[in-house]
Amino acid sequence: MHSKDFLLTLYRTMFLIRTCEESFVPGIHSGEIRCPVHLSSGQEAIAAGVCAALEKNDMIFGTHRSHGHYLAKGGDLNALVAEIYGKEKGCSRGRGGSMHVLITDKGYLASVPIVAGTISLAVGAALAAKIRKDKTIAVSFFGDGAAGEGVLYEAMNFASLKKLPILFVCENNYYSTHMPIRECRPDDTVHTISTPFGIPSFSIDGNDVVGVYETAKNLSETIRNGGCPAFLECRTYRFRGHVGPDDNIQGSHQDIRPQEEIDEWKTRDPIPRLAEYLKETFSINEGEFAQIHSAIENQVTQAHQFAKASPYPDPLELTRYVFRK
Amino acid sequence: MSLENRPLTYSLAINEALKQMMEKDPSVILIGQGVKSPWYVGNTCKDLIETFGQDRVIDTPVSENGITGVAVGAAVVGMKTIVVHPRVDFMMYAMDPIINEAANWHYMFGGKSSVPVVFWGIINRHGEQAAQHSQALQALFAHIPGLKVVMPATPYDAKGLMIAAIEDPNPVVFIDDRDLYGMEDHVPQEYYSIPIGKGEIRKQGIDITVVAISAMGPLALEAGQTLEKEGISCEVIDPRTLKPLDEDLIFSSVKKTGRLAVIESAWKTGGVAGEIVARVAEECFSFLKAPIQRITLPDTPAPMSRTLEDAYYLKLKDIIEKIRSLTKG
Ligand SMILES: Cc1ncc(C[n+]2csc(CCOP(=O)(O)OP(=O)(O)O)c2C)c(N)n1
Ligand SMILES: [Mg+2]
Repeated sequence: MHSKDFLLTLYRTMFLIRTCEESFVPGIHSGEIRCPVHLSSGQEAIAAGVCAALEKNDMIFGTHRSHGHYLAKGGDLNALVAEIYGKEKGCSRGRGGSMHVLITDKGYLASVPIVAGTISLAVGAALAAKIRKDKTIAVSFFGDGAAGEGVLYEAMNFASLKKLPILFVCENNYYSTHMPIRECRPDDTVHTISTPFGIPSFSIDGNDVVGVYETAKNLSETIRNGGCPAFLECRTYRFRGHVGPDDNIQGSHQDIRPQEEIDEWKTRDPIPRLAEYLKETFSINEGEFAQIHSAIENQVTQAHQFAKASPYPDPLELTRYVFRK
Repeated sequence: MSLENRPLTYSLAINEALKQMMEKDPSVILIGQGVKSPWYVGNTCKDLIETFGQDRVIDTPVSENGITGVAVGAAVVGMKTIVVHPRVDFMMYAMDPIINEAANWHYMFGGKSSVPVVFWGIINRHGEQAAQHSQALQALFAHIPGLKVVMPATPYDAKGLMIAAIEDPNPVVFIDDRDLYGMEDHVPQEYYSIPIGKGEIRKQGIDITVVAISAMGPLALEAGQTLEKEGISCEVIDPRTLKPLDEDLIFSSVKKTGRLAVIESAWKTGGVAGEIVARVAEECFSFLKAPIQRITLPDTPAPMSRTLEDAYYLKLKDIIEKIRSLTKG
């Protein structure tokens, strides 16, 4: 049984991610935010649960949809929001935008939008950890779509062959852009792909933050103690469009997914789900939740103020950072 | 409305080329990410699945390397395959089937087997999309023996060169720029093709030759019109095909004008602009009255932030200034 404080921490992380993601919507609509933004609303439990199971120096790698991973790994909110506005104080100094975030001092090595682009890099980080014997592990976050790329299979084979400390986390939200998973794969699960490589595989409810945490905790400890890699599929759903607030097909702001499907998944929203549990188990009242919510909402509002007030990069510095000096 | 005068956008001109070729030749198939998507490939693939069915128009998982190999293999056994990559950036996963396999194929098997495939890659940039969603990588392909590379700059050429690329018995890299998709022009409704390897003079002139690649064409023309008012007469050339390059057209123009600027919205080092400049230096040295100039992007990944993006991409003003400076004296 987890403590109230611990569960509230998970709750805060998820609520922060949701609030932050949703806060970008008006700016995207108004054009103030221009870079492609892939919102992770609905998928917060995976970032929150997995990252809570990690140590500060464990190394994570993400994707185009990685604001949640960033926040859950302890990334600075102001620097994330500033990055999305393209500001010099952003976490990548306004050079990368939403799809290229990192936290240099907390083990968030990189997120990139090339599908499956960081999976083998995460294996490389795990190789380094093994050579250095520093007891850190690597985590590779990717989507169901990435299971189409051959590099994932090469990476799993090598990780297993060399017994590298890596957790592969597949966030299966059943879509890869406009393609439902059944048009990409022979069936709608992904986790079985690791078994031929001798990598233990698990498929769990990705909207149950406690379940995600517990599984990730067990796996990460086994991996850390010299076991082989593991593969964790988390079944989930994104509430928003592939990119931006909605799919905005020819300006119609419709989603390409069936409305009943979206509505059904919204009943499994990970955030109210944990809230219910907290209310029942610890009789936390609405007032306490309201306090948590308004504190986080203020933080997010302030982050936007910070970002808006920050300067853009100096165009004279266009070619800076091509090489390390 | 007479057929001759029918305006069509660049993207719909591609669509018409695909339709006409699929109608004409049952061995033509189209495969790649987003052929049924409302976002990925603009309206270039409009109605194709409905008309030709899912066996010939195939949307795929995210598997660029494998799918491109599939396209090459189908071509080896006689299908005319078009494989689309909605961004050239994603095409980097597909370099093995493109370069090691398709490009070398006909030669390394002594001419006994060939690969009638079109590698269609779309340049899609601006909008703060940053380094991995903005690249123009035509030079990588132009470097490779055995690959032809076309970059149409008008709706008319988009249709004619797509048809030529499909009909060519060799691998052809067809690269278009999303910046051109909305451009409207007269496009004949009937089937036609444009010879690969033939450029076109877009504007006659006597003071300087301006070779403009792909989406730089419209900018070069605008610059040419502005400079005309100052008494500087630009001859604007659209090479249309980067490989094989229409050297004769460029050489004879430079021999006339004695000056050359090449505009390519891609990196300077090792770019196609550099190749054109080198050939002119080799062949037309004694005709030159001024140093040759490349007008390109800096050797820098595409930045995200709007201030940097604005400094990064070529603008009309800079192009005009550079051309003007070459014609002084
Ligand atoms: C190599 C490559 N191919 C294609 C794309 C275009 N693309 C961006 S996200 C995406 C789908 C990814 O789906 P998934 O991995 O399930 O992640 P999700 O968007 O569902 O979070 C695709 C195909 C890309 N970014 N990189
Ligand atoms: Mg997905």
